[in-house]
Amino acid sequence: MNDKRFHSVRLDKEKCKACTNCLRRCPTEAIRVRGGRAHIIDERCIDCGECIRVCEYHAKYAQTDPLASINRFKYKIALPAPSLYGQFKQLVSPSQVLEGLLRIGFDDVYEVAEGADIVTRAIRERMRNIDRDDYPIISSACPAIVRLIRVRFPDLIPHIIDVRQPMEVAAMVAKREFCKKHDVQPEDVGCFFITPCAAKMTAIRNPIGHETSAVDGAISMLEIYGLLSSQLKKIPVDTGLAKATSHGVGWANAGGEASAVCPEHSMSVDGIENVIRVLEEIENDKLPDLVFFEGSACTGGCVGGPLTFENNYIARGVVRDLMHGCDITHPDEKVDVSYLNKYHLLLDKSITANKAMRLDDDIVEAMRKIEQMEEITARLPGYDCGSCGSPTCKTFAEDIVRGFATEMDCIHILKEKLKVMAQQMVELAKTTRE
Amino acid sequence: MESTILKNTYEINAGEFQTAGDVSANIKRKLKQIGIGGTVLRRIAVASYEAELNLIIHSHGGKLTLEMTPSSIILTSADVGPGIPDLSKAMQEGYSTASEEARDLGFGAGMGLPNMKRNADGFSIESEVGKGTTIQMRFDVKDA
Repeated sequence: MNDKRFHSVRLDKEKCKACTNCLRRCPTEAIRVRGGRAHIIDERCIDCGECIRVCEYHAKYAQTDPLASINRFKYKIALPAPSLYGQFKQLVSPSQVLEGLLRIGFDDVYEVAEGADIVTRAIRERMRNIDRDDYPIISSACPAIVRLIRVRFPDLIPHIIDVRQPMEVAAMVAKREFCKKHDVQPEDVGCFFITPCAAKMTAIRNPIGHETSAVDGAISMLEIYGLLSSQLKKIPVDTGLAKATSHGVGWANAGGEASAVCPEHSMSVDGIENVIRVLEEIENDKLPDLVFFEGSACTGGCVGGPLTFENNYIARGVVRDLMHGCDITHPDEKVDVSYLNKYHLLLDKSITANKAMRLDDDIVEAMRKIEQMEEITARLPGYDCGSCGSPTCKTFAEDIVRGFATEMDCIHILKEKLKVMAQQMVELAKTTRE
Repeated sequence: MESTILKNTYEINAGEFQTAGDVSANIKRKLKQIGIGGTVLRRIAVASYEAELNLIIHSHGGKLTLEMTPSSIILTSADVGPGIPDLSKAMQEGYSTASEEARDLGFGAGMGLPNMKRNADGFSIESEVGKGTTIQMRFDVKDA
């Protein structure tokens, strides 16, 4: 299952009109338009899904597992992300959604919000051993942000908390408990995350910080939305299935993790461009009092994921209302300390820098390339129009230096050149006539 | 002296708070592209930001120059005035002559120069009242 090249975000070549809408929105400059269609540079793509959101032609999509794929396993467990609860306006309790999942074909459910409860406790324990000099601690929950840091802020990698994300923890606990209860073999049990985003799908197939994922697949919320909402009408208000605390459920919204993990001196930033701006500040040591940083690639947090159905502001409100009906015990008291030893909650592989932004492995050569880029940029118009297929004039200069483009790909330079050539031809015609 | 491979000069105007941080962000982007990372990158980022802000807040305008050699990054801030009357005082943490306007914007904590000195591997400052101030900072990148 572990595939280093796997990306959930894909391009449908047929639908792509080469319009450049996605170009400028990509936070890692991973898209180029060449030969009449967009191309995604795999090494740079962080699977944040920004391009999925902006593509008017729906040419960008997230590859997830079809619902039918759960039948690969004898026993199927659904792991609903807490953001799933926010999709249903009439919901009274998360229990209804859990019952609904059982009715559409799963044998068991385990709330990722419960995983978030365990992770909350684990992070708080872990934080006791982190030196003040290593603040701020950066959340590892949003896989797109972890990847963003690898590509654009590699010097901040040591700040990422080495605790696995709630989805992973939920899968480990769900599988072990199911096997014990029903006396079955782990290989017969499949755990499927109900995902709001592409980044989680990538995190399952190509994990960062651990070798393999405990999750067996990811089903898009959009795929099961219709099925679930028709079931919900028939389900009694409280089936008693939901066990997560309000703190765990709150992880669905931006700020939920920060307020559960570190209510004071923490910050929650949502929307990837906003996250980038604040990471720049952290890098410049401008936030010396910050202890915990939660960043979500999507506006509103996970409820704003590209695979969600409901508007993120509405979903946020639904989640907040549901939280009032949940157990308000803090995970510090609710989660037994034995969980921290019984399960493998920490990352066991170091997170490495992604070197895709580097111009050259040799530092002197890279410096020379910067110099060439400066010279080229000075000749470019600076319109950042995207007509050449690169997101900005600066990245175009970079592409030329890397050997992926030539100056004549700039239509403005080409136009100037043609003007000069036309003039020369007129002059040539005149002189030959005489 | 080692040969300079790249030299970029950025003009910085006095009082232009709206673009504060642009030059240091530009420098940071370049450093990342050449593969400078870890604590060296952060030290240069902090120092270049402070230098840029100092030019905006305290000077009559000036230039920030980035030079790259195979083993080091050199940042030079050179302004056209007003000059610092008492250098030893200016180098003290917490001492600031920032204007009310700058303080209102959250600057003027008196950490600019000390911060630059602390983060650089080599630091020199020269100033003459009425003429200007030149600060040079060196960062070793060999083991970056």
